[in-house]
Amino acid sequence: MAIVDTPARRAGWSVLNTVVIVYALVPVLWITSLSFKTTTTVTDGNFIPREWTVANYQGIFATSEFTRALVNSIGIALIATTLAVVIGTMAAYAIARLTFPGKKLLVGVSLLIAMFPQVSLVSPLFEIERAIRLFDTWPGLILPYITFSLPLAIYILSAFFREIPWELEKAAKMDGATPAQAFRSVIVPLAAPGVFTTAILVFIFCWNDFLFAISLTSTEASRTVPAAISNFTGSSQFEEPTGSIAAAAVVITIPIIVFVLLFQRRIVAGLTSGAVKG
Amino acid sequence: MSDIVLDGVGKKFPDGAVAVSDVDLEIADGEFVILVGPSGCGKSTTLNMIAGLEDITSGELRIAGERVNEKAPKDRDIAMVFQSYALYPHMTVRENMEFPLRLAKVDRATINSKVEEAAGVLDLTQHLDRKPANLSGGQRQRVAMGRAIVRSPKAFLMDEPLSNLDAKLRVQMRTEVSRLQRRLGTTTVYVTHDQTEAMTLGDRVVVMRGGVVQQVGAPQHLYDHPVNLFVAGFIGSPSMNFLPGTVENGELSTALGRLPLAGRLRRALEAANSPREVILGIRPEHFEDAALVEEHKRAAGGVFPAQVDVLESMGSDKYAYFSLDGDRASSAELEELAADAGTADLGSNGSQITTRLSAASSAAEGEEIDIWFDAEQVQVFDPSSGRNLTA
Repeated sequence: MAIVDTPARRAGWSVLNTVVIVYALVPVLWITSLSFKTTTTVTDGNFIPREWTVANYQGIFATSEFTRALVNSIGIALIATTLAVVIGTMAAYAIARLTFPGKKLLVGVSLLIAMFPQVSLVSPLFEIERAIRLFDTWPGLILPYITFSLPLAIYILSAFFREIPWELEKAAKMDGATPAQAFRSVIVPLAAPGVFTTAILVFIFCWNDFLFAISLTSTEASRTVPAAISNFTGSSQFEEPTGSIAAAAVVITIPIIVFVLLFQRRIVAGLTSGAVKG
Repeated sequence: MSDIVLDGVGKKFPDGAVAVSDVDLEIADGEFVILVGPSGCGKSTTLNMIAGLEDITSGELRIAGERVNEKAPKDRDIAMVFQSYALYPHMTVRENMEFPLRLAKVDRATINSKVEEAAGVLDLTQHLDRKPANLSGGQRQRVAMGRAIVRSPKAFLMDEPLSNLDAKLRVQMRTEVSRLQRRLGTTTVYVTHDQTEAMTLGDRVVVMRGGVVQQVGAPQHLYDHPVNLFVAGFIGSPSMNFLPGTVENGELSTALGRLPLAGRLRRALEAANSPREVILGIRPEHFEDAALVEEHKRAAGGVFPAQVDVLESMGSDKYAYFSLDGDRASSAELEELAADAGTADLGSNGSQITTRLSAASSAAEGEEIDIWFDAEQVQVFDPSSGRNLTA
């Protein structure tokens, strides 16, 4: 049965799309709205602020509490993403192309890690990191981030590698390439969309993490933004720091948007078209 | 000198399956050799072993007199054209063709001149800066060839390079490949499942079946003197007709009537100590409309009446199809060929005969005519071993 594009069907889709977009955007707009409200109007329930102010933004950038956390977040997330993607690319390639003993076990264990409840690891990690002096350091967060994002990275990347025709590698070998050269100049460029997709997902995971950030840090030396936001206090103990939290939330959304916009052009399907016939 | 010698080369997988057994083949410098056979016959595996993409488990492979079994593909100095072309989609045509030279650390000026030269030969000059995705099938095929010829390797290996092209382009590229090979004079091993390519391209053809070489020889020799049923049935299009026959009382009786065993046939069958039950093979062009056969030639063959099932007039010839009563010729080899051609399950009773008659024939569909066949050209096979008793 062919799908007929009737006006009724189109209207139905339009309504559904609108609902989804509104559902997704309202909280974002709401928090943006909150971030521009003054302390006195924050609870007035208006969607559009009556009194506009940038005091919340000035406030969070006034002290090092937030700016230092922003630096930590960016540094930790970028390093963890880079390492996870590099290691994940190599592991995924091996899983997609080579046969070696224990391959199934490796895939199984990595999936197991992905499914393991992270909260149950927080206490042991805390103890371990304190014992080996990793607590409240950048590596102290980068290491668990890599561990928990690698399974995802391997999974996505191996799917991409499997899509690349094996004959391209054979052709590279025949053209005189060593395995490393074939990997670098043929496979990696073709897997680029997969690499960027993985990078974005891993980056978002590291950027958003709260559990490890709050448990494995204690000072500005390594505290990331989500943990720092939870430490925000109002100017007096009777005042909720709602405005500051909203402003910080808006600020930390911006890198994600930039990251996605930057790379979405690279995430185009069909990069491999033309390798083989038709 | 860049001859390729396969000395008892074989491939056995770890699970015990034998893909290729004991191939002995000497390919002379500059020779164009075709490996042909149905799918799964081991021809691609053999090619991959020459390339170095698959390990050789027994025997020795020598290129230009040097044992290369343990050498990596890149150290064997041979180029390969793949069935899928395997062009690098993220590189332009120029970059694709440069790739082997850049890996070989050739200097920039030489790379440019070599690429320009190859592009000129292959008529790709105006496409050098395009990506493979923007090229037609024929152009992609030429880029794949270009990538192979730029570095002047010792040998070309081609794995069904034309099978992705449409029929017309395939014929055109076939001549192109042939011309290119003659011009460069490079030793070439070419794998195909298409017997027409095998017949038209190669200096010599190697017919393979189930990992075993059946026959090696010039295309015409294979056509005229196939060693067994398999080669006889595989080479030639339309293929040879096979009929069961019985040798008794100095006569060969078949569905086409009785044929006195005389001259060549008698000597051959006696020498080969032939069994009673045999299979006859007659090529379509060895039939003729009896009305058009001159009187003195008629005696050298047999005449049988038959009703034309289907008639295809090609202008220059007429193909007439008949069905004959009686059993079909059966042997393991013929069944394998039928399975490969996809005709195994066409459940027809009796034998189907394809004949090529001259255009002057008055044969018409549904009408009965007298058909003559040339007894001199009849081949007789042993059904159990498939051996050609008359070769």
